[in-house]
Amino acid sequence: MAAIDYYKTLGVSKTASEKDIKKAYRKLARKHHPDLNPNDKEAEKKFKEINEANEVLSNPENRKKYDKYGEHWQNSEAYEQAKQQQQQQRAYQGQAGGSGGYSERDFEDIFGNMFGGQSSGRRSQGNSRFRGQDFNAELQLDLKDVYEEHKRTLTVNNKNIRITIPAGVENGQTIKIKGHGGKGVNGGPNGDLLIQFSIQNHTKFKRDKDNLYTTVDLDLYTAMLGGDLMVDTFTGKVKLTVKPETQNGTKVKLKGKGFPKYKKSGQFGDLYITYQIKTPTKLTDKEKELFTELQKLR
Amino acid sequence: MEVTDLISITTFCTHYNVPVTFINDLQDYELIEIVVSDDDNYIKTTQLNELEKLMRLHFDLHINLEGLDAVYNLLERVENLQSEVISLQNTLRLYEDL
Repeated sequence: MAAIDYYKTLGVSKTASEKDIKKAYRKLARKHHPDLNPNDKEAEKKFKEINEANEVLSNPENRKKYDKYGEHWQNSEAYEQAKQQQQQQRAYQGQAGGSGGYSERDFEDIFGNMFGGQSSGRRSQGNSRFRGQDFNAELQLDLKDVYEEHKRTLTVNNKNIRITIPAGVENGQTIKIKGHGGKGVNGGPNGDLLIQFSIQNHTKFKRDKDNLYTTVDLDLYTAMLGGDLMVDTFTGKVKLTVKPETQNGTKVKLKGKGFPKYKKSGQFGDLYITYQIKTPTKLTDKEKELFTELQKLR
Repeated sequence: MEVTDLISITTFCTHYNVPVTFINDLQDYELIEIVVSDDDNYIKTTQLNELEKLMRLHFDLHINLEGLDAVYNLLERVENLQSEVISLQNTLRLYEDL
C-alpha cells in the first residue's frame, strides 16, 4: 500500500508555512466535513484523512518527525534505537567482510521488523476536544423481517448493542444510535453509530413505501361470470369476490393489507392486486364449438 | 412537557464549554428554540443533536452565524432531497422488476 503523503492530502508544498497549512486545512475541512455532507461515505473518509494530515503537519515537532521518517514518524524513537542496534550489528559483521551504509530498503526493513509492516495509530494527542468518529454499518434484512418491530443485537468493536428496528423501515434508510461511535478525544463526546438498512425482497409482493403490489391469475370463467377467489396477502390468505365481466389488468385495493407505516403503530398501507386473466388452452372440439356459438351471439 | 425533556442552558454550556451567548445567538437566528420555565432557560433534549452539529460547524469550521443560518437551511434541503431520492429509487425498482 502506498504511503500517505500528508502534504498532498492538504494540497500544500513541503515548504508550506504553518499559516498555509491552517488555511488549506480549513478550506478542505469545510468542503468535506461530515456535517456538511450527510450520508456521504467518501466525504467522511476524505475528512478523516485531512484531519490526520492536519494533526501531524500543524504541530511543528510532529511535522519535523514526519519530514524525516515519513509515515512511520510516530515510531521515530523506536526507529533510532533499532537503527543503533543494527549499526552495531553491521559494524560487527563488517569486520567479517560485510558492507556498511543504509539503503531505503533497510529503512523500511527496520520498521517492518518492528511493526509488521504497518504503522500503528497515527493520531496525535493534542489538548483539543474532538468528537469521536461516526461508525457506519450496513444491516441486511429481509422484507419479512421489517414487517414487525423487532430487536437485534449488533456487535460493534467487540461490544454488543441491542437495537430496536421499527416496523416499516425503508430500503436505504439510516438510523442513528447516539454515542455508539468512536470514543471522543480529550473528553469530547463519542461519535454516533449510523446503521443503513439494505432490505432484500424475496416475496412475490412489490413494495412502494407502505403499499404492496401483486398480480393474481384469474381464470376466464370467473372473470366473465364473477365468483370468489382466495388470494395471498403478506400475512395470509383472504377471500375476494370477483365482479362479473372483470377486465384483464383490473386493479383492486385491499385497504390496510399493505406494509406497516414507519413509526405509526397499528397503521398499514394498502395491498393492490392486479388481475391477470388466463385464457384456456388445449380446447376440446366441444369447447371450440361452444366458443364459436358464443362468438356468433356477439 | 416533562422536566426530563429539557436541559438547562447553563448546564449545557458548562458541559460543552461554550458561552451562553452562543445559544442565545442561535435562538435569534431561529436555529434553536429556548424554553423558559421556572425562571430558567432550557433547551429541548431533542435538539441536542442539531445543537452539537451547529457547534461543530461554528467552532471547528469557523462558520459565522449568518453562514450557519444559510448552511443549516441548505442541509435541511439536502436531507429532504436524499430521502426523496431513496424513495424514488425504491419506486423505480418496483417498475424495473415488472
